[in-house]
Order: sequence, then C-alpha cells, then structure tokens
Amino acid sequence: MTIDATTFATILGMAVVTYLTRIAGPFLGARLELTGRAKAAFDAIPPAVLVAVIAPSALATGWPETIAAAVTILAAARLPLLATIAVGVACVVALRALL
Amino acid sequence: MSNRADSRAALAAIAPVAVAAVPIGLLFGALAASKGLSVAEAGLMSLLVFAGGAQFAALELWTWPVPVAALIFSTLLINARHVLMGASLAPKMVGFSLRQRLIGLFFLTDEAWALAERRALTHRLTPAYWFGLAFVLPVAWVGSTVLGAWFGSLLGDPERLGADFAFTALFIGLVAGFWNGRVTAFTVAASGAAAALTYTLAGPPWHVAAGAFAGIAAAYLAAPTESS
Repeated sequence: MTIDATTFATILGMAVVTYLTRIAGPFLGARLELTGRAKAAFDAIPPAVLVAVIAPSALATGWPETIAAAVTILAAARLPLLATIAVGVACVVALRALL
Repeated sequence: MSNRADSRAALAAIAPVAVAAVPIGLLFGALAASKGLSVAEAGLMSLLVFAGGAQFAALELWTWPVPVAALIFSTLLINARHVLMGASLAPKMVGFSLRQRLIGLFFLTDEAWALAERRALTHRLTPAYWFGLAFVLPVAWVGSTVLGAWFGSLLGDPERLGADFAFTALFIGLVAGFWNGRVTAFTVAASGAAAALTYTLAGPPWHVAAGAFAGIAAAYLAAPTESS
C-alpha cells in the first residue's frame, strides 16, 4: 500500500482538471438559448461524443471488433442494455477465436 | 414523484451500467498494476479522477519517470467533453442548489449524464434522481479497480475474456437510446469516421475532439434550417 509522491501529484493534477471540466459547463452553457440548426448541433453532442470515444475500438482495432460492433448495433435496436453488452462481448470472444 | 421513488428509478437505471463497469474496472486495475502502480495508487486514481477513458489513456502514456504534464494534458483533452455535457445538463438542473451542483457534478460521467438526459426527456431531473445515479458508479468503479489491481497478475489476458469490448458494447447501447432518425445517422457516421481516422493518424486523445466536432458539424448540416 505505497503511494509515490510524483504519482500522487499526477493523480491529483488529473483529478483537478477533470473536476474543472465537470463544473465548467453549467457556468458557460446556462445562458445558451438555441433554436434550429444550432439546437440540432447541440442535441447531437451526446451521440457524437459517445461514438468518438469508441470509434478506435470499433473501427480501428481489427475485424473481430468491427464485426462485433455491427452485431452489437443490431442487438441495441432490440435488446435492453445489459443484454446488448452480453451479445457484444460474446460475439467478440467468438470472433477472436475464429478470425 | 417522491424523492424515494426518484432515487429508486435512478438506481434501476444505473444498475446495468454499474455491472458493466465492473469488468472494465478489473481491467483498469490489472493494467495499472502491470504499469507499476500500487493497489492504493490505482484505487486513488479511480476515486479522485473517476473518468474511465482518461484513466485508460493515462495508463497508455504512463512511463517512469512519470510524464506528469503530458498525463494531465491528455486527461484535460479527453474530459473536455464534460464541459459540453455539463452545459447541456445545466438547464435541466433547475431544482439544484449551488452546493448540490458543485458536489453532484463531481459524479458527472458519460453514463450518468446519458441516463440523466434520457430522464429529462420525460420527467423533471431532481437532485434525488441525480444523486441516486451518482453514488452507485464510484462504488463499482473503485471496488473493481482495487480488486483488479490486487488480482492483476492472476487475471490472465483480459482481451481473451472480451472484457475490453464491454466498454464499446455499452456505448453502442447508450447511443441507441439517443436515436433521433436521419440527423443521428449522419452524426454517428461522421463522428465514427473522423474519430477512427484521427486515432489512426494522430493517436489518442485527439480522436475524441475530432469525432465530436465532426458529428456536431454533420448534425448542423443535416438538420433542416427551419426546425426548432
């Protein structure tokens, strides 16, 4: 159970900048009043960010991951969240064994 | 709706996310141990930073001596999306006091935010609902990180178990919850292509910002000009 001083400082720095990103939004965005295309762009933030985070894993890792992602998309259209995850993980394990 | 009913609805919503976070946390702990971090250091990072994507990126960049500035900068870039998420959440947090916002937003994650946004489509977002979401994930995340770091060497290859893909599958499921027809299709296609390309050419963490901005731009262009 050791904590290195430099490691601790790094973790603390990461924690501080992360907390700042978490509280900055309301102070900047509360004054925004959006309509039309600007509102469509703002509403697109959720899917745009979520897809960007997983794109490397889904599209730039290998065929098993890309095919499993496609199967997961089909599953997500029909199944609840946990079942979707189960289908995706089972699929990637099977494909990694086969391909 | 009463506070208790709100909290219960939040717990039901976050439970599958917390379950999905466990294998990811185990994976994070195991990777942290393999990079030379102690159990306490890995657990402390999950507790204080509490942002999976940034933590994994930090591990990827982790060398000895520790490149402190690079790690903090990468964390800032990856988590910059929180600013956008917080901005979109703010108008829905009308019943929150300043203290509830400052404490509550510490727990802002992709998952809690996605669930809160979905809740706000049909209900008023209450502090009871938000804090119901908030407290579950850190327990699962920090607990599984500590376990993963502890048993890291015994876990074997996490990729063999498909645990690394749980993150991707989870996010695909969350995007499905935001589906809004043609505009979303353009958003997803643009974001995915830009992020994958940027990841290949420039590496992390630039792909998050590139994909996000491409997706937002695509939605702006695909949306009808007269819509409100």
